[in-house]
Amino acid sequence: MLADKDRIFTNLYGHQSPGIDAAMKRGDWDDTKGLIGKGRDWIINEMKESGLRGRGGAGFPTGLKWSFMPKESDGRPSYLVVNADEGEPGTCKDRDLMRHDPHKLIEGCLIAGFAMNAVAAYIYIRGEFYREAQALERAIEEAYAKGFLGDNACGTGYKFDVYVHMGAGAYICGEETALIESLEGKKGQPRLKPPFPANVGVWGCPTTVNNVESIAVAPTILRRGAAWFAGLGRPNNTGTKVFCISGHVNNPCNVEEEMGISLKELIEKHAGGVRGGWDNLLAVIPGGSSVPVLPKDICDTVLMDFDSLRDVQSGLGTAAVIVMDKSTDIVKAIARLSEFYKHESCGQCTPCREGTGWMWRVMERLVTGEADKSEIDMLLEVTKQVEGHTICALGDAAAWPIQGLMRHFRHEVEARIDSYHAKAAE
Amino acid sequence: MTETTGFSWTPENEAAAQKHIAKYPEGRQQSAVMPLLDIAQRQNGGHLTIEIMEYIADYLDMAPIKVQEVATFYTMYNHKPMGKHHVQVCGTTPCWLRGSDDIIAACKSKLGIGMGETTADGQFTLSEVECAGACVNAPVVAINDDYYEDLTADSISNILDDLAAGKEVKPGPQVDRQTSAPVGGATTLKDFISEGEGA
Amino acid sequence: MPTLTIDGTEVTVEPGTTVLQACEEVGVEVPRFCYHERLSIAGNCRMCLVDMEKAPKPIASCAMPAGDGMVIHTNTERVKKAREGVMEFLLINHPLDCPICDQGGECDLQDQAMAFGRGHNRFDENKRAVEDKEMGPLISTTMTRCIHCMRCVRFSEEVAGVPDMGALYRGENMQITTYLEKTLDSEMSGNVVDLCPVGALTSKPYAFTARSWELKHTETIDVMDALGSNIRVDTRGAAVMRILPRLHEDINEEWISDKTRYVFDGLKARRIDTPYVRKSKKLTAATWAEAFKAIKSKLKGVKGDEIAAIVGDQADMESMAALKDLMASLGSTRIECRQDGSAADASVRSGYIMNSTIAGVEEADYLLLVGANPRLEAPVLNTRIRKAARHFGLKVGNIGNAEDLTYRVAEYGDDAAILKAVLDGSHEASAALKKAEKPMILVGQAALTGEQGAAVLKAARDIADKYCMREGWNGFNMLHNAAGRVGGLDLGLTAEGGVDGILDDAEAGKLKTVFLLGADEIDTSGLKGATVVYVGTHGDEGVKNADIILPSAAYTEKFGTYANTEGRFQRTSKAAFAPGEAREDWSIFRALSDVLGSTLPYDNITQLRARIAKDVPGFENIDVIQVAEWGDFGKQGDIASGGIAPAIENFYHTNPIARASQIMADCIDARGGLVEEATGTNG
Repeated sequence: MLADKDRIFTNLYGHQSPGIDAAMKRGDWDDTKGLIGKGRDWIINEMKESGLRGRGGAGFPTGLKWSFMPKESDGRPSYLVVNADEGEPGTCKDRDLMRHDPHKLIEGCLIAGFAMNAVAAYIYIRGEFYREAQALERAIEEAYAKGFLGDNACGTGYKFDVYVHMGAGAYICGEETALIESLEGKKGQPRLKPPFPANVGVWGCPTTVNNVESIAVAPTILRRGAAWFAGLGRPNNTGTKVFCISGHVNNPCNVEEEMGISLKELIEKHAGGVRGGWDNLLAVIPGGSSVPVLPKDICDTVLMDFDSLRDVQSGLGTAAVIVMDKSTDIVKAIARLSEFYKHESCGQCTPCREGTGWMWRVMERLVTGEADKSEIDMLLEVTKQVEGHTICALGDAAAWPIQGLMRHFRHEVEARIDSYHAKAAE
Repeated sequence: MTETTGFSWTPENEAAAQKHIAKYPEGRQQSAVMPLLDIAQRQNGGHLTIEIMEYIADYLDMAPIKVQEVATFYTMYNHKPMGKHHVQVCGTTPCWLRGSDDIIAACKSKLGIGMGETTADGQFTLSEVECAGACVNAPVVAINDDYYEDLTADSISNILDDLAAGKEVKPGPQVDRQTSAPVGGATTLKDFISEGEGA
Repeated sequence: MPTLTIDGTEVTVEPGTTVLQACEEVGVEVPRFCYHERLSIAGNCRMCLVDMEKAPKPIASCAMPAGDGMVIHTNTERVKKAREGVMEFLLINHPLDCPICDQGGECDLQDQAMAFGRGHNRFDENKRAVEDKEMGPLISTTMTRCIHCMRCVRFSEEVAGVPDMGALYRGENMQITTYLEKTLDSEMSGNVVDLCPVGALTSKPYAFTARSWELKHTETIDVMDALGSNIRVDTRGAAVMRILPRLHEDINEEWISDKTRYVFDGLKARRIDTPYVRKSKKLTAATWAEAFKAIKSKLKGVKGDEIAAIVGDQADMESMAALKDLMASLGSTRIECRQDGSAADASVRSGYIMNSTIAGVEEADYLLLVGANPRLEAPVLNTRIRKAARHFGLKVGNIGNAEDLTYRVAEYGDDAAILKAVLDGSHEASAALKKAEKPMILVGQAALTGEQGAAVLKAARDIADKYCMREGWNGFNMLHNAAGRVGGLDLGLTAEGGVDGILDDAEAGKLKTVFLLGADEIDTSGLKGATVVYVGTHGDEGVKNADIILPSAAYTEKFGTYANTEGRFQRTSKAAFAPGEAREDWSIFRALSDVLGSTLPYDNITQLRARIAKDVPGFENIDVIQVAEWGDFGKQGDIASGGIAPAIENFYHTNPIARASQIMADCIDARGGLVEEATGTNG
């Protein structure tokens, strides 16, 4: 288990004040000027060395992403955009970071913004997080009042602003280019890539979009050194991670743990174990709703990091662990996710607009068993027809849960169909 | 067109709108359309009208259809009159696993309305929403700007009763629990609990 | 220049070319719905997916810039499956109503389903139903058929410049609509019907009247304005069923105005289908022989200087030439083609054409409008100006009263006297013209009417001479509203005193006989004292005081030559027969000349054209821009302060065919009655 001294988010639960004075006592804003004084290249290099991979789900190396930003402006300003549109079912970590430890994020904005020569950071927070946005606004005001932000941020001579932008109910805005569109005051419809945001982002300017957690861990990584962070977890899967454990556990919770912790340990140590005991476990969705579900036998041994979960045909995603015990109607659980994706499809491109609705409708029939067994393969084909054919990854995200279901619980779906037809025949 | 009642900002909201516009680079005032729609919706008691959208289109120098596109794309903009309390039950899988069906049934029975409906007295509108993003505190109901977490059919019924009676209700977990920490106390950071004030 | 390999063929393309365009260059067909070369890239239909080596997923070829060393495959199993998949998704919620869909037979979805689809249906759920949207009198909607390609939305915003279309809601509930289901406030709205790849947006006036495969297609030229947009007239029997654009990159690209497209019902209404002769104050149907005889008897004893002719806006050059020759045989040279009283000067061709050309607008960097409202006078030209302003850095200044041209305009006021300041260099427009690499001045007819028209023309000419001439570039441009006007000027059909002189002399009794060739834009009440011979198509203004009426052929019913506002000669083709007794105009004059005893020296149109070619250089060079030599024109004179009145009050009613069209009337109604409104604000 991760030692408390290696935890970054020491006020994860809000036992202490989120205010700036308490935050400074916890080590935030400690010689930020000194960190910035080490220069852009040093910061980006440390981030690369730390091995930090994006905490929003895709796991792209954060330092590398920052390095894509233009070193010299061609006249256009650069922007940092923080993705706080947390909405992946199962995921509620950024909410805690923003309401309880906002200064980690704000300091991270300054440092990351400086590293990529950005003039400002926009924190795009989902509209439902009204109170969290207020908490952020308060913290930003505090930072300005202390001179940590603004014309001469932290006395470095660097001018940097941080703004909060509120969404209004659209999961798709968690996709970085949809988020940029939304930030421009439009519908959140993902953009075609190329051009990539680092070249043409918000308002046509170079932009980097990072998850809240990716930015919020940056100051601590830089303070404690890349080697410290890289020493945690496993190679290529370094550092700590805030996990969200929901569903059928005794004590659902958020917790910061070491990357690569075993799923079983995570659940048993922090969430009080599976309801009814480990043997009552049916399945776990290990990384937020988009990643394929895992049956118990895999859960017994799997480690919680990018590569381990990829190896079992799932993913770490946002590290949101959705636990389902044996009482769960697993078909219904996945069908409800299909409904979610149908609801959240922006409608822009054909496979997702049409496919999410089709998949959901078939799934709803599979819940009752009112289907033909051949429809299982047809449904799988439809998921393949959506996957990889859309502008953004929402199509993939809608396809994977169904693929995971059929991979591990096809027998359950078939039994449901048999029993429906048996009943109908009576 | 028929004569309308004439929406315009209250002085406070005008100031708030200007503050939002000032966040964005010059000429990019369209970026403020979402916060402005939110402010306008609040000023109008919970929903938007064509007139308000046109007011904002004009205010931000946008084509009205572009404002309408935004206002119909995002789910938090309402287009019909809403109850004083907008009860938004999360029904996505993490909440469903922990009993959101019971919460929905309790709300329906307590309020005597179905999804998308408003009580006759205009106090409550009931909606099902997609993942509220508080999954470790499931099941969750958002009522206006606040989250009510770790609910049971009983606790949500009590909350609705209290709201109907005009009583103050406490947002957050409805069980003995510190935000997203495990019930029964944190398994980590125990040394940090005693220091400082709770949030 | 990137070199890439497509299905084994290497091709080098211009930088900025997309993979889809590169595929087209090597003749590899890539199916698509949302992609349209004149619209921004949406990349949303996903039909154009192709394989790119080293890419983990198929790429949208319409959106991917061609890169050096790319290896593209369009014929792999993965591409085939991707296309089948997208096709299936497009069809699952598309109704199976092809038998009752107007798009049937010319539907991209139908065609591509045949070519790339799977051929069977696996979708067992209920199909989505979408409420239809009201979009005014021109566009019929069946929104259930919509495949959300956004072409219409992109067109209205990007090309038409009226951002009034959008997609509301999201996901599978997304719906295309005009704002509050209003009529699209554009003179170009009908183009969305062509752009719609399915039967969601179809032509309302054409609805359920014909099937595409039963129509005869005739390629011809439009005469609703002076651009000469290339069109295809679709007929069934004698009836024009619809009009569609034809591609002409240098004129109309692939757009046409709503008037061009939808005026066709005016070809059937209020047509003159037999000759008439006024007998004891009443017009009575007559035979051609009786009508000619009546003319002959009216002309008895009338001297050449007591005869005049006025030529209307839609006259073809053959008709005008024959009329001119007939007049000459009667001893008169008094023929006037400038119905509106414009001071356009026939003596110098470069003085009455658009020397920079329509396509040249895209090269220009500054355009000064003088009394021209391209949006109403030539909507297709206006979209070209908008395109240049949006994409090629064209700046536009305006002296005149044009409203909302759909692009940014520096408004200098509507006072013609500003031209003096522009000429002497004290106006900001002078500097802009001077500084520009390819400056244009576009003079509209509105600026050229009235007493000081000739002085305005001279001033515009001098401004152009001073600021707008570059090596290989003549920046002087005239915008005409009348399709026949440049042809008329080429034939020298101007008369001392103009049209007002003719009307005044007729009223004063100095003129005994006046020929009107489709002249309907004048007030004929002054002609009551004279014998009026009206040759034309419609019972409009021209017949009101006519004594003899001779029915002629409309532009879809004859072979005629028109010179557009650039001076480009183009020819119409006969798509249908003229109704009843109506004949091609030139042959009427030829027949009449025979009766009058001095037969015109041509028996067919080929001979007539040879005769015209002798007077009009380049007349036989069809569809060619002929550089006109610069010269002096207009008349020096003072320009008093005063506003320039608009040339067109009502876009939908500019000619007799349009005025006979119920569809045009519906367009006016849909806009709350434009006529009254225009009078209220401008009159």
